[in-house]
Amino acid sequence: MSSAIATPEKPVHKDFFHKAREARSGFRSLVNRVLSVLCVTLAFLALIPLLSIIFLVLKKGLPLLNWSVFTELPPAAGQVGGGFGNAVVGTLLMVGVALVLATPFGILSAIYVNEYAPYSRLANAVRFVAKLLTGIPSIICGVFAYAVIVLTTGGFSAWAGGFALAILILPTILLTAEQALIGVSKAYREASYGLGATNFQTIWRIVLPDALPAMMTGIMLAVARAAGETAPLIFTALFSQYWIQSLKEPTASLSVLIYNFSTVPFPHQIQMAWTASLVLVILVTIANISAQIVFRKK
Amino acid sequence: MADQTAGIEQGGIKAFRKGPDLFRVLCWVASAATVATLAWIIVEITHQSWPAIRESGLGFLFGDKWIPNRGIFGVLPFLIGTAVSSLIALLFALPLGLAIAIFLSEDFLPLPIRQAIRFTVEMLAAIPSVVYGLWGIAVVIPLVQIFGSWAVVAFENIPVLNTLFAPPAYGNSMLTASLVLALMILPTITAISRTALVAVPGTLREGAYALGATRWEAILGVIVPTAAPGIVAATILALGRAMGETMAIAMLIGNSSRLTSSLLAPAGTLAGLLANQFGEAEGMQVSSLMYAALLLVAMTLLVNMAGEFVLRYTQKRTAGIR
Amino acid sequence: MDQQRPETSVVSSASFAPVNTPAPRSDFLKVDNFNFYYGKKQALYGINMEIPERQVTAFIGPSGCGKSTLLRNFNRMNELIDGVHHEGDILLNGRSIYDKAIEVIALRRSIGMVFQKSNPFPKSIYENIVYSLRIAGVNSRGILDESVERSLRGAALWEEVKDRLHDSALGLSGGQMQRLCIARAIANRPEVLLMDEPCSALDPIATAKVEDLIHELKKEFTIVIVTHNMQQATRCSDKTAFFYLGKLIEFDETQKIFTNPSEKQTEDYITGRFG
Repeated sequence: MSSAIATPEKPVHKDFFHKAREARSGFRSLVNRVLSVLCVTLAFLALIPLLSIIFLVLKKGLPLLNWSVFTELPPAAGQVGGGFGNAVVGTLLMVGVALVLATPFGILSAIYVNEYAPYSRLANAVRFVAKLLTGIPSIICGVFAYAVIVLTTGGFSAWAGGFALAILILPTILLTAEQALIGVSKAYREASYGLGATNFQTIWRIVLPDALPAMMTGIMLAVARAAGETAPLIFTALFSQYWIQSLKEPTASLSVLIYNFSTVPFPHQIQMAWTASLVLVILVTIANISAQIVFRKK
Repeated sequence: MADQTAGIEQGGIKAFRKGPDLFRVLCWVASAATVATLAWIIVEITHQSWPAIRESGLGFLFGDKWIPNRGIFGVLPFLIGTAVSSLIALLFALPLGLAIAIFLSEDFLPLPIRQAIRFTVEMLAAIPSVVYGLWGIAVVIPLVQIFGSWAVVAFENIPVLNTLFAPPAYGNSMLTASLVLALMILPTITAISRTALVAVPGTLREGAYALGATRWEAILGVIVPTAAPGIVAATILALGRAMGETMAIAMLIGNSSRLTSSLLAPAGTLAGLLANQFGEAEGMQVSSLMYAALLLVAMTLLVNMAGEFVLRYTQKRTAGIR
Repeated sequence: MDQQRPETSVVSSASFAPVNTPAPRSDFLKVDNFNFYYGKKQALYGINMEIPERQVTAFIGPSGCGKSTLLRNFNRMNELIDGVHHEGDILLNGRSIYDKAIEVIALRRSIGMVFQKSNPFPKSIYENIVYSLRIAGVNSRGILDESVERSLRGAALWEEVKDRLHDSALGLSGGQMQRLCIARAIANRPEVLLMDEPCSALDPIATAKVEDLIHELKKEFTIVIVTHNMQQATRCSDKTAFFYLGKLIEFDETQKIFTNPSEKQTEDYITGRFG
């Protein structure tokens, strides 16, 4: 190596860089290693709360979990025994209502947006509104259903709860359905048109069948989301101690039961809340996992 | 033969002629209805809150007392509670979420482990809010109580900290709610940041390495700055989520309308207020709650729009780099 | 070579070339019985070659012949891929690049690289060039400024961008971006400059500029260039290595390779009979 004397014409000499390199590379590698360890540690740190939640739900929920919780009604304040059969039914029922209301709108909108007029103003508006709707707090869906249904019909009902959940899941269904349609190969469409098929024939016979599994994924995700929600239900469906008789009356749900029981001073009810949490988490997980499976099959 | 086929095809097309037009109209109606839903929500809530808007106007925003049975409705404590709880949640969730996103997009550990962690974080998003609340009551409240009784003594004579951690230390408090909220928005931050990081072209990483950068010099100097707009979008969208989160907060924050500077004291948020009071509200209280709901809609819509715009800008920018 | 480039050549050669230059080494970069594997798949077979200092060496051969793989071993970029391993050695100026005492980050600062597709960072032109200095902890404004001017002049880009050094590098044309990447690589004062098909994404005019630049740069740097374009190899290289199926088939003066190759496979390739 040449000598490292800087002259005015060459204020920065080649060796200067070599020295800077060698001197700092050890330190830099150390910093690099420390940051890596820190990053990995933080990532594992995030596991702790989740494991804690799962552990507690199992530990506190399992003791009361047996068949009778699905067949019996909630215990009254201070009483022991009972279950939350009506809440399971209510949750499933209202999620069903929400699906029936939201799925047609979601999927038809997605078809319009992706198949008929992808670049139209309406399509852009639909995409934008759907994104905004996903950001609307779930309790606002409840407030809206309260205004539209509870205030006009004069009472809390499964309809109102289902309607609130429908608003909640509409954007999920719409956006996943759009993604499902985007995922259908352009070649299929072109082949279909090339054989002289109409728009409708192409959509109905080629595009939809191919997109169906992915759409089902979206629907299952929506089910998972709706089943776990409480906020839209607490003042639309309210709660009921009894089995549901009609969609026009206040209806129990798992999530509202957990909320109600979590704040009472009776240990048995609190334990019942944990058991209900366990059932709810299992329900939501099944919906989520089946969403993944349906999608993977494709 | 050829003629016959042609005939059949024409017949087929004719038979379906009515189909496509009708179906298209149907799809158009559904789309229009979707767009109208958002407008309907806003109009309906505005309509319902009109009596309260007429009566108290903008004073509603600055009133610091909420006493329904005396007809006093001021939403300021809840506005502040919403803002503070969301910001504290971000303060915790952003560094953690970003670290996880970087972890997931790098190859520190083998793919199966990373996938397990990714699955875990996604699981966090799937757990119902009300279960977070229940867990918070069982786990976080006792922890915050322990921390709180230590903090009020330890910080007694330290300015700023002694106002933030002023006695008495409650379990149902702003701090408890914010911590659980941080956990709840973690998946949002992680998922969107990870997408942004993964979208950074590998050639930039190679370029940095070829210039002698260490892994973290490449990450912090090139990859994260390139993904920055996406990370900002993640932050904004997570903020929107935090502002609207309801049940866990309602179960943990103590739902007080008293304004206080202490994080160890009960507080309230807009969403929590709605959850607590709608079921039994009447008359002007309903209208005032609707007004509060309208404010919440406005805030979350603005935040989400901002997030959406940043996200779109990001996609354009990333397309430019490629 | 002797074309007039008053400022560029004066400034750059005065600063880059060592003062009391010893005679250029003929084995500046030495590949010693080198095997390389992606997992179980062997990509390079017993490569032996000596790349001379301050000359341009071109690697040619059909796709998948291992020329890029070898190039990416010189600065150990291949180690970023999972499951690779090597046998044999590569020596830079007599010292193994796998020497435990050398940090790979230091090695990469001594062996710069220019990629097939230009990859400027989404930062300003200025920040792109000083990136390698900044990560080495050089923050003195004077050194950075000087380095930017010197590197840009070295890459024949100074005149075009001197008034917008702080604009985003993404606003440059394709050819300018590639020359910026060259400037960024030489800002580091590397010993060797590796170029992995640097012109494959450029139009003919931009290609000509980069080739001119290579002529200039070889006064100060040892250059190894991978190219698909045989005209390019004849135009700018002193020596040429022909690779086929992971083996070095022939390595000689460019003149000789293209006029009178000793191997049949080389002749077939350069006459376009395959590849």
